[in-house]
This record gives sequence, structure tokens and C-alpha cells, in this order.
Amino acid sequence: MSGYVRRAWIVVWKDVLSERRSKESLNALVFFSLLLLFVFQFALGPERARVETALPGLLWLGFILAGLLAFGRTFLVERENDCWEGLVLAPGDKSAIYLGKLAGNVLLMAVVEAVLVSLFALFFTLDFTSVLPGLMLVLALGTLGLAAVGTLFGAITAQLRARELLFPVLLLPAAVPVLLAAVSATQTVLLGEPLGEAAAWLKLLAAADLVYLVVGVLTFEFVLEG
Amino acid sequence: MAVRILGWLAMLGLVAGLVAAFGYAPREVVQGNVQRIMYLHVPAVLTAYLAFALVFIGSVGYLLTRRAGWDRLALAAAEPGVIFTGITIASGSIWGKPTWGAWWTWDARLTSTAVLFLVYLGYLLLRGMIDEPDRRARAAAVVGILGAANIPIVHFSVKWWRALHQPATILGPEPSPIAAPIALTLFVNWLAFTLLFLYLLAKRTEIARLEEQHAE
Repeated sequence: MSGYVRRAWIVVWKDVLSERRSKESLNALVFFSLLLLFVFQFALGPERARVETALPGLLWLGFILAGLLAFGRTFLVERENDCWEGLVLAPGDKSAIYLGKLAGNVLLMAVVEAVLVSLFALFFTLDFTSVLPGLMLVLALGTLGLAAVGTLFGAITAQLRARELLFPVLLLPAAVPVLLAAVSATQTVLLGEPLGEAAAWLKLLAAADLVYLVVGVLTFEFVLEG
Repeated sequence: MAVRILGWLAMLGLVAGLVAAFGYAPREVVQGNVQRIMYLHVPAVLTAYLAFALVFIGSVGYLLTRRAGWDRLALAAAEPGVIFTGITIASGSIWGKPTWGAWWTWDARLTSTAVLFLVYLGYLLLRGMIDEPDRRARAAAVVGILGAANIPIVHFSVKWWRALHQPATILGPEPSPIAAPIALTLFVNWLAFTLLFLYLLAKRTEIARLEEQHAE
């Protein structure tokens, strides 16, 4: 088991290191988040009440759009320099690679989400500090679900010609339950209500995360064959 | 030969179903003739669920055994499955116009069926984009398995989402026990749709097999 965890960790470490040196994804994603904020503002107009009503949906719209870009790239980097071959030849259970890639995606999304939430707080003069623990729990559960499906589908579409088209077309309908649950739970949290009010949604998110993780772990080796 | 008999049985069933739906089943008191859409709508959705269950079975079977037959089953079930889901949505929409006054409402069942439709449409799109048979089968199987595992999650999320946003349903309380003629008509139509689906399944599997032979 420790070998399994270590292999997953090596994948995370490799991706974090190459991201730290190239800063390819993160720079673009942070910039993209900033642009989204402008788009939201232009779409909703200056009325503050509107922004506040739509906030849970807007946040998750931002996350899923950033996620579509981030998850779609997960395995693209492996196609350069025959890295894919290296992954296929790596010893041991292939699902460790999936979990490593998934952890990398969750980390990346965590940074993007922190930036996006901060930008919302800054540009729309919102105060998230009092609801932060609840919000972080919802974001963590929702992001894990999105990333679990996104990483798996990203690996499938990485080998295709029309991957930019197909990836969102596959991911968005599959992500509907996560989005519904996450938006509803975020709404409850942002209204300052106790977390118990959103218990049903949090349980649904946890169940969805578990199902996606199990499917991902069990099927990943078939995807990796390429 | 067996497939041909299946085809004729399906045809017979569909005619009987049509006759029963318009001639035998009584006019529903509250909704009137519009209710007869149910004889198309309910069998279509049941058949679609059967189809997606077979996609799941075919997908798991392929990943476990790597035998092309399982993949053909998944493909041959997915295509009619999407069509029957489309029929479900279209007939529901036509029923909704006079009953709810709109072609589309974000009703829980309507929405989750639409999501299902999109998931399997994506599945078929994915299949269309990969040429190499084994790679196509593996990728499709993973999406098919996740799609099936997602069905209950989609169902509950959409149901709760509706329940929390709009508690009162337009339909009101659960309908009283279905009258015998209505139940019988529904049964005949369900049987006919299932036969039709099995016929399409057998034909599509055969076509897929011939396509593979031709490609070799």
C-alpha cells in the first residue's frame, strides 16, 4: 500500500514541479478567472442585488469553466516527449496514476478557486470571512467530484482529434448533479444558515464523489492503454 | 429467421398497442385525450432505461473479457436508447403544452431525462470520433459505466433541486390506482416497445458485426 501511495505522490510531485517551473496552467487560469469576472459583471449589470442573488451560480460557473480548461490539459502534457509511454510502462497498479493526477487537479483548482473567491470579494465588495469554513467544505466536496470525472474524461479525450469539443460535451452533462448540489449547498452557506440545512446536499456530493472515484480507480487502467 | 419473427411480433404489438390506445382505452376524465400520449411516453422511457442498462452490461463485459461482442451490444443498445429517450422527451413536451401550458418546464423528471439524453448523446459522439475498434470500445465502456452509475445521482439531485425550489407540483397528489383498461393498454404498448427494441438491438448488432468484418 505504501508503494501505491508513493507512486501516486510521485505523479503529483512531478506535475507540481513542472507547473512551478513553467507556470503554464496556473497563469492562464488566474488570468481567465479575472476575465470571467468582467464577463459576469457585464452580463448582470451594476445592480448589486442581482450579483448577490446569482453569486452561488456564478461561483460554480467560474469553477466549471476553469475546470474545463484545467482538466482537459491534465493528460495533454503527457503526450509530448512520449511521456504517455512512460506512464503506461510504470510498474504497479495504474490507478495510482489516476489518483495522482486527480490530486494535482484538485490542488490546481483549489488555487484557482481561492483566487476567484478573492476576486469576487474584492470586485463586488463581499465579505466571505464569516462563512469561510462552510464554504471551503462545499468547495472541497464539489471540486473533488468535478475533478474525479474531469480527470478520467480528460485521459479519454487526450488522444482524440476533436478533444476540445468532445471534452466539455462529455463532462458537462455528467457534472450536472455535482453542480446542482454544490450550487444549492453554496447558497445555504452564503446565506449564513447552519451547515445542517445543506446536509442532504453535502451527503449527495459525498456519495457522488465516492461513486466517481470508484469508477475512476476501477476503469483507469483501460483508459491509459491509449 | 428468429430476428425476422421478432420483427413481425414487434409490428403486430405496435399495431395492437395503437388500436388499444385509441380504440380500447377509455378517455381519461380529467386530462381528456391528451392522456393517451402516456401509452407512447411510458413505454418509451422504460425501454430507454432497459437500453442504458444493457449499455452498462456491455461496457462492463467488454472491459472484463475484451470480446468485441460486448462492445457491439453496448453500441446496439445505446443508439435506440438515445432515440427512445428523445421520444420520451418529445412526447412529454407535447403532453406538457396543453397540460402545463408550456412546451418545456424544468420539472424534475423532464430535466433528469434530458440530462440522460445528453450523457448518451455524448457517448455516441465519442464513439464516432475514434476509428480504432479496441480503443473506441475501451473509451466508450468507461463513459458507459460512469453514465450508468450517474443515473441515480442525477435522479436524486434533480428531484431535490426541484423540491427545494418549487414545492407544489402542478399535478397535485399521486394519481389514484390505474383503471384496468388503461393498465392493459399500457402493458400491450410496453411489450410492443420492448419487442421493437430487441428487434433493433439484434439488427444493429448484426450490422456492427458486418461492419467489423468489412473493415478487416
